[in-house]
Amino acid sequence: MATAKKLEVSDEVAIQISKMNKWYGSFHVLRDIDLTVNRGERIVIAGPSGSGKSTLIRCINALEEHQEGSITVDGTLLSSDLKNIDTIRSEVGMCFQHFNLFPHLTILENCMLAPVWVRKTPQKEARETAMHFLEKVKIPEQADKFPGQLSGGQQQRVAIARSLCMKPRIMLFDEPTSALDPEMIKEVLDTMVELAEEGMTMLCVTHEMGFAREVANRVIFMDEGQIVEQNEPEEFFDNPKHERTKLFLSQILGH
Amino acid sequence: MADLSFVRTELVPQKTPPASEVGVIGWMRANLFSSIGNSILTLLTLYCIYLVLASILPWAISPTWGAASLTECRGILHELGREGHFSGACWGVIRDRWTQLLFGFYPSELYWRPILAFILLGVALAPVLFDGVTKKLLLLTAVYPFLCFWLIWGGSIWLPISIILGFVFAIVIYGIVSKATSTLLGAIVAIVTPIIWWLFLAAPFGNLMQSFIPLGIEAVQSDKIGGFMLAILIGLTGIFLSLPMGIVLALGRQSDLPILKGVCVAFIEFIRGVPLITLLFVASTLLNYFLPPGTSFDLVLRVMIMVTLFAAAYMAEVVRGGLAALPKGQYEAADSLGLDYWQAQRLIIMPQALKISIPGIVSTFIGLFKDTTLVGIVGLLDPLALSTNIRADMAWNGILWELYGFIALIFFIFCFAMSRYSMYLERKLATGH
Repeated sequence: MATAKKLEVSDEVAIQISKMNKWYGSFHVLRDIDLTVNRGERIVIAGPSGSGKSTLIRCINALEEHQEGSITVDGTLLSSDLKNIDTIRSEVGMCFQHFNLFPHLTILENCMLAPVWVRKTPQKEARETAMHFLEKVKIPEQADKFPGQLSGGQQQRVAIARSLCMKPRIMLFDEPTSALDPEMIKEVLDTMVELAEEGMTMLCVTHEMGFAREVANRVIFMDEGQIVEQNEPEEFFDNPKHERTKLFLSQILGH
Repeated sequence: MADLSFVRTELVPQKTPPASEVGVIGWMRANLFSSIGNSILTLLTLYCIYLVLASILPWAISPTWGAASLTECRGILHELGREGHFSGACWGVIRDRWTQLLFGFYPSELYWRPILAFILLGVALAPVLFDGVTKKLLLLTAVYPFLCFWLIWGGSIWLPISIILGFVFAIVIYGIVSKATSTLLGAIVAIVTPIIWWLFLAAPFGNLMQSFIPLGIEAVQSDKIGGFMLAILIGLTGIFLSLPMGIVLALGRQSDLPILKGVCVAFIEFIRGVPLITLLFVASTLLNYFLPPGTSFDLVLRVMIMVTLFAAAYMAEVVRGGLAALPKGQYEAADSLGLDYWQAQRLIIMPQALKISIPGIVSTFIGLFKDTTLVGIVGLLDPLALSTNIRADMAWNGILWELYGFIALIFFIFCFAMSRYSMYLERKLATGH
């Protein structure tokens, strides 16, 4: 696992979030978020449930709207302009807790859909790309099955392959292993590690602290909609500074 | 304390189930006689079925096919020694009047036209309904509605052609304008132009062409069209137009745009809140006031519009149910891949929402098809109105069950076919989740 850490992080900025605020009605979910992600960075966002970590990464590809502050992804400022939103979404891949594969399409069709319709890639080329990434996540033999016929771990790997088919420059993971049986978590994490080793910029919301320690080059801890602490994984786990962080770590690592 | 440790050394092999669980005996034991209570229910049900058949079959099996009047029927039955009110059915009326039940008062020398239209209907529907039919037939499917109306109403061929031209204009104009300016402007111009064409220019153009190159078949007036031909015409028009309208209304109702949403909600709630018969009266009396002066719409056409609007309101709610059943994650996944609204709807949302809604959609279709019998109220000759007509004839005065039974049978065949097809479709679209 540990090889991913040695990769150099470039100085180029991939995501720039400044003074971002978001409310659900009158509830202030995200407060003054400032975050700069460099290309090649692998960031793990941790925190108790309801701390706004999922909301934060969902703001990056505009699945959620933010009300104040700015988000710039790959030089494109996220505004209400649909063209900008679509540009950002096609550059940013996302994996969900519940996979969200399209159940009426086969695995191969799931992977070919966006390249064919959004990128206007020719069918043949899209098929080759899809098979390439299905091989990469080690399930090419399932290409003609439907999502409902696959196990949870396989479905999540297909979801990763589906995102990769768009050749994204940034990948967002929203608790990718939370809905999986313990036996299947490893196969998904292995895929993510492999991705990290190739230098993909990644933002992962996850409770897998082993993954964070081994792969991430930065861990961000959130609570009550704000970034409470961020640090390199060794420092973060071995020497947490903030009281809230210490409490959180003692609870999830204590058993 | 006993030893709790256990380690399995060999796997238990699979065995075949005991004989009482398989085969006919097993099936009967499991499904008909699984307990004393169920056995009694089974026997009671069988007895009820026997009672129903024992009273219907002797009446229905009756050698009166050749009779030319009710009196002749009674004579035949009397000779056989069968007396009494329910001594036997008089099937002569069906032989005598079945063409009327099917075609209304359509000129009999022109029956080939609706028959041809019906056969072509099968050919045009095949590529839509079933896989493995060559997709080239879809061209016929696209032209079929115009062909069908022309075959049945007859008249100049230039009228349907000028109506098709409206659609051609729409496509061409959309292509030019949306490329030159924006998609939205293109869509608006592409909708407005053909409407202007149809309302003001299509008919004069048709007449003009007809005066240069007269091409046409004998015209048949609307009041001659009736029976199941009318029911199928109204039913199919309603079915094929209400589904897309319903989808648009359902999407409108879910829209974030308040005015669009309000219009859709108002339409749906108004139409659903009014009985179909009221709408049919509106069609027969009021609708002309809303149209530009001078245009006179055929009553059948007006009724078709009303039936379609009525079905569309119900369809919108059925489709909305399907949309509501889709997990939010499907929308998010489509969004996160960069699909735009219409792509997401067309490729991800609608295929799933419509699949969930199939039972509801087909129920609405079946309801719509049966509701076509209500058009008798505004003076159109649906099968039921025709049966009243037939009974007014001296020869068949007093006949009842045979006619209604025949009409019911034909309706049942169509509705049952729709129901079976929907089950086939559900099985075909099942993807194991």
